[in-house]
Order: sequence, then C-alpha cells, then structure tokens
Amino acid sequence: MVKLLRTVFLVDLVQGLWVTFRNQHPRNICTEQYPAERPRIAERYRGAPRLNTNPENGETLCIACNLCALACPEHLIVVTSERNEATRRKELTTFTYDTSRCMFCGLCEDACPVDALELTQDFELATYTREGQIWDRQMLEEGPLPTKYKC
Amino acid sequence: MAESTFLDSTELVLNMGPQHPSTHGVLRVILKLDGEKITGTECVIGYLHRGVEKIGENRTYAQFAPYVDRMDYVASVSNGLGYCLAVEKLLNVEAPPRAQAVRVILTELNRIASHLVWLGTHALDIGAITPLFYVMREREDALNIFEKYCGARLTTHAFRIGGLQYEIYEEFEKDVKAFCDMFLPKVDEYEELLTENRIWKGRLTNVGILSADECKEYGVTGPMLRAAGVKWDIRKAMPYSGYEKYEFDIPTARNGDTYDRYTVRMQEMRQSARIIRQAVEGIPEGPIMGKVGKVIKPPVGEAYVSIEAPKGELGYYIVSDGSTQPYRVRVRPPSFVNLQALDRMVRGGLVADIVAVIGTLDIVLGEVDR
Repeated sequence: MVKLLRTVFLVDLVQGLWVTFRNQHPRNICTEQYPAERPRIAERYRGAPRLNTNPENGETLCIACNLCALACPEHLIVVTSERNEATRRKELTTFTYDTSRCMFCGLCEDACPVDALELTQDFELATYTREGQIWDRQMLEEGPLPTKYKC
Repeated sequence: MAESTFLDSTELVLNMGPQHPSTHGVLRVILKLDGEKITGTECVIGYLHRGVEKIGENRTYAQFAPYVDRMDYVASVSNGLGYCLAVEKLLNVEAPPRAQAVRVILTELNRIASHLVWLGTHALDIGAITPLFYVMREREDALNIFEKYCGARLTTHAFRIGGLQYEIYEEFEKDVKAFCDMFLPKVDEYEELLTENRIWKGRLTNVGILSADECKEYGVTGPMLRAAGVKWDIRKAMPYSGYEKYEFDIPTARNGDTYDRYTVRMQEMRQSARIIRQAVEGIPEGPIMGKVGKVIKPPVGEAYVSIEAPKGELGYYIVSDGSTQPYRVRVRPPSFVNLQALDRMVRGGLVADIVAVIGTLDIVLGEVDR
C-alpha cells in the first residue's frame, strides 16, 4: 500500500527534483569566469618554462651542465655552451625549449642542480605558428612577449 | 530462384562510434541487430593507440613515469603508483612510511575522482543530466588538491620511483579533511537523485548481467567483479603501500547487473573517503624518498605488481636487462580486459541497453588502446 502510494505520488522523482531545487541558490554557483577573472593557480603549478637569471647582475644561473636535456623524456631541450678561456668555465650560449612537445612532467626542473630552469605558473601558451612554440634563450629568460598587432 | 535482396535479411549491421558520445572515447562497436534486439557485437579498438609499451623500452625508468599517467588519464595517480611499485620491486627498495601514507591519500582521492567521472558520464548516458554537473563540482576539489600538491591536475606525475618528489604542502591535511567532510553528504545527494529513481532503476536493473563465474572466465576485475558477489580486492588480498594498516570494507552486491555495479561504486567512494580520513590522521614523520640512486639501474630480473585501480586490477610487468632502460614493459589494463565482456553482457538485449552497459564498464580508451 505504502509502495503504491509512493508510486502514485511520484515520491522518488519529487525527491530528485528537490535536490535539483536545493542547488539552485546563487551561492551554489561555482563556475570560474575565466577570461574575465584570473584563475587561482597553485604555487607548484607546472606551466611555462623559465630560465632564471641572477636578479643582481642579470647573468644567467644556468651552468650549461646539460642535465635537464638528459632528463627530458621527449628530448626537447637543446643546450649549447662554449668554454670561456679567461675563467676556464663553461658558459651558456643558446638554450632551446620546444613547448609544443612538452608534457610538463617537471623532470627537467627536478634535475636542475642550480634551480635555473623552472616551470612557472604561466599557462597561456597558445601561439599562431608552430615555430612560435619553440622558445629560445631570450624568451625563456624574459617570458613570452605579448603579440603586437598591426592596426 | 528469386534474387535475394537486403530486404530479405532481418539482420542489420550498425556502426556505433568511434565518434559516438556514449562510447566514452574512440571505441567502435559493430552491432548486429534483429529489430531492436542485439544478436552480436564486435569491438574495434586501437583508435587511440600510441604505443606506450614500446615507448617504455626507449626511455629510462624515471623518464617513462609521466607516460603511464596518460593511459588511464582519469586515474593517473593510480597508474603512476603501479609503475613506481613495480620498479621499486625490481630495485628491491620500499618507499618510506611517510611517502606510503601520502601515496594512499592521493590514490584514494583519485579513485573518488575517477568514480565521479564514471557516475557523471554514466548518468548522462542514461538521461540524467544533473549529476554530471554536481560530480564535476566535487571532482574539482580533488583536482585542486592534486594541483596544489604536485602542480598538475590530470596527468599528475605525482610519485617518483622510491617515494615522492614533493613534500606535502602546508595545508594539505586541512584540505584533505575538508574534502572528506564535504564529500560524504554529496554522495548522499547523488543517491537521493538516482538510487530510488524509477527511470534509473528501470534502465539499469537486470541489464548487462555478468555472473561471478563469467567474470572469472573473462578475467573481469574491480567493481564489476564485486557487483557479482565476489569479495576480491587487491588492497585486501595483496596489500601494497601500507593498505593493511587501514580499516575498510569491500562493498559487494549480488546480481551483477548494471544497478548493482552502480551501488558498489557508490559504496566504494564512501570507503575511499574512510581510508583517506584514517591515512591523513596519522601521516608519519620521516623522509619521503627511499634509497634510490640518481640513475636507476635495476638488476637483471623481472617483476609483476598489480594494484587495485579504480577500474580493476592494474598490473605492470617489467623485465630488466640490467641497463637504464626497461627491456619490456607490459601493462595489464583493467579497462581492456573488462571491455571483452561487453558481448556477453549485451547479447540478447536491446539497443538502448548497450549505452548503459558501456557506461557501467567504466572504460577509458586511453587505457584500452595504450
């Protein structure tokens, strides 16, 4: 009898609709309005790579040890260096990082002995060309520059 | 003799997928239909094949770890755990207790996240659209914990061979506890929406029945096996990563139909929250990385480790030839094995049932094809 009444009065469906109704309140809105408001990115987020420089004199921290290139599963980092005869130390000449093949696993960051290479919180990596995905040393140090459009 | 035309034949061959939204990815099912009745099915897989096992042979042990995340991308933490445990077995090291506790917390969070995706998409297939939005809201909180912990949300690469790379962040315990407190009432809410709903029950009960014997025959594992009444969970049977320390039940059901699999998975989410609570209460102090060298070079040998992934038994079989790269990596993915039971489950049923059955299989095509 109870079961019949429950069936006739659609108790199960009303119960479900009540849940939907409870969630209608504006305080339950949790959509992030992304381009309008910036998302909160975690501190450890693995995003765009950056090559750190010494804040005092602007010299690169990279010692061109090539460990990041060896650690990378995709072999997308190319480091070249030359020997400075005066100081008898290796000096970084070019550093290329192909973000189009990068899966942001963070192994290069872990391998770096001097914390020069770092994955930052930047996540907007879209470019208009495939070549634009390959970052050179300047781009890695200064970050991607905003595109200048012809008016 | 009259020429036979296609009109004489009562059988209709229909392609479902690979772009069908209810196949959860790029699965193609060739259906043989007699009216509304399914007389046979054939799965065509491989549209997402990336050769992950072959990639493993060309990468060092540490380098291969990010790739395993990309097999079952809904439960990437579990994949990473299985792989790390297998290599650790080869190396004969064990992760320190602190690392083990954090591993358990993250894998169980990932189990919840994976089951939530299953619930949302499965309900969406049946026609209940509302749960999808609710589960994505709750999943977001779990993914935020992953993001704060290791810096990625989906393909996490959270664990390293020998332990962990990252120490837990300051508010990790608080966040995890808050998630557990928030989550359990939400499961009740989902159940309120679905469990007693007559449409939900009508579409799921006695659909896609797979008995315990058939499950064993096909090698089906995970919630599908437990829904058939077999109390088998690798976390209990062969504990790994300190699961023997935690108290939890193995939810089972009797009939092995789609509705039972739904109830089992709902119960499993509650049990996962229970494990997380216990684990987060007592994260032991100590190091997070075991004694593993910078260059991982296991001795010659082979190791098989299987873990209870959200979808079933996930096994890694690794053969080492003593070099820095594995000689062979073989993955036993739960989705691939569970998918083989599809024909048995839908044969004789109706076309509408196949959508429910594919949903209840909880397959991820990245793992089926690898």
